[in-house]
Amino acid sequence: MEQLLNLFTDEATYRLLTIVILSIFLGIEVISRVPSVLHTPLMSGANAIHGVVIIGAIIVMGKAPSHDYLALTLGFLAVVLGTLNVVGGFVVTDRMLEMFDKKKKKK
Amino acid sequence: MNMQAILALSYLIGSITFIVGLKMLSHPDSARRGNLVAAAGMAVAILATIFLYQDELGSPLHNYGWIFAGLVIGTVVGTAAAKKVQMTAMPEMVSMFNGMGGACAMLISIIEFHHLTSDFTWELYEDSGYTFFSSIPGGMLATILIGMVIGSVSFAGSIIAWGKLNGKIKDRSFKGQHVVNLGLLAIIAGLILLILVARPGMTITYFYLILALSLIYGIMFVLPIGGADMPVVISLLNSFTGVAAAFGGFLYNNPVMLTGGILVGSAGTILTILMCKAMNRSLKNVLIGSFGGGHASAGGGEAKDQGHYKEISLNDTAVLMAYAQKVMIIPGYGLAVAQAQHACHELEKLLIEKGVEVYYGIHPVAGRMPGHMNVLLAEADVPYDKLMEMEDANEQMSTTNVVMIIGANDVVNPAAKEDPSSPIYGMPILEVEKADHVIVNKRSMKPGYAGIENDLFFKPKTSMLFGDAKKVLQDLVSELKQL
Repeated sequence: MEQLLNLFTDEATYRLLTIVILSIFLGIEVISRVPSVLHTPLMSGANAIHGVVIIGAIIVMGKAPSHDYLALTLGFLAVVLGTLNVVGGFVVTDRMLEMFDKKKKKK
Repeated sequence: MNMQAILALSYLIGSITFIVGLKMLSHPDSARRGNLVAAAGMAVAILATIFLYQDELGSPLHNYGWIFAGLVIGTVVGTAAAKKVQMTAMPEMVSMFNGMGGACAMLISIIEFHHLTSDFTWELYEDSGYTFFSSIPGGMLATILIGMVIGSVSFAGSIIAWGKLNGKIKDRSFKGQHVVNLGLLAIIAGLILLILVARPGMTITYFYLILALSLIYGIMFVLPIGGADMPVVISLLNSFTGVAAAFGGFLYNNPVMLTGGILVGSAGTILTILMCKAMNRSLKNVLIGSFGGGHASAGGGEAKDQGHYKEISLNDTAVLMAYAQKVMIIPGYGLAVAQAQHACHELEKLLIEKGVEVYYGIHPVAGRMPGHMNVLLAEADVPYDKLMEMEDANEQMSTTNVVMIIGANDVVNPAAKEDPSSPIYGMPILEVEKADHVIVNKRSMKPGYAGIENDLFFKPKTSMLFGDAKKVLQDLVSELKQL
């Protein structure tokens, strides 16, 4: 219990928790009414955004001692997969939305 | 210049672009720009991390060769895959990319866990001035463990979803699967608690046991789900990966990972619920009373005598359509697979030349994902105002002479309205029976994606036109030209 309460006295922790809670509401607010036509591109766009996890992969990789081959191999894999998530996600979303664009110009 | 301030500023910019980008993505006019805004913010955050990040002792990152090699490989492969993928295979691709993000989170946790258990002493940890959770070192361990569990569930689940969407993996379920799944979850939670509280000597063994169980859980969780419920699951897994990324944010005290992850987590959850609403199903139903799988056999397995279906020739179809006043085309995944959207547009133009009114009736989950069919038809230059959403289409149905269903099954299945025992009961459908004639193009009498029989095909108004959608449409176009 004491440990749990300490969470809130630590300023950095408290700040992070505040960000988490505000972000939850923000996410809900931002998406609340989307036409179903946009569900697929939106899902795919959000998919690309969570690729932000790649920053963690870069930090892991960059901190790994150069003799720690396990960390280097796994970290390298993590960077590759994370980049796939980010780049692939944004490109796929753009391609989908491009289709919507074209039709608008013709209209 | 204060590098750390610039890094913090870059993270702030990243967070803001994610919020703005997501907001813009939810409106048709600004969606494409929104995607670019978020991508730009991501680039800023990634580059700033590479060049400005310092660890708690103030030393910059190293191993740049490895990092850039990884970035280049990921970018080349990712771009090539994303550019090459057919519009029809889009849901698979999204699911695959999602799995990659989950795997990334999982790998980070594995590496950090090894750091923690190998050369790490808690004294050093507290002296290092590392702020977050410094009062309870267990917090870092918990963050790593939970991040790993969510990441690996998302990874395994997404790969299964990918396999199911492209037909490589079949729906599988057995009695009591949900009990087994809940049991798995309970064991995972128990093991995490054990590590956190008891700190047993064999922590590493337990760690890998948890990893293995999480992967198994991810597989078991998605395996029984099928049919039109797949998009919902993909969206759910998407928000899981978001949460996994947010745990990474906790681990590194990194605000942009935190906001990005949580935003996707909560937005994804809401999106999941919206999709369920669009199909009139509850999330619980999707997860527990799975489509297809065991239930499908109840609906489709009993070979009840449904009477006979009648076939119609190409020529008759052409005549029927050419002399109709109003024709509605209902495209489904069959059209998408056959890449028949262009042929379909051709047919539509020809009919309009002959003075026929032509509309498309689009079910919200036509194709493999919500809005998927709109993307496909837009690719073929079908004018936007010809696309009618389900409710509008249903209103027009009674004044429509001919309904042409191309490769769609479940979205026109009357069982959704009439048969409470059907697994798709309650899902809104296109009420094609109200039209004068219904022509169904399919390759065979085999049931559709959800694996259930469709009474519609045996109704007196319905005629079947067998064949590959593209071939049939092309033949229909040439028939029409000769009329």
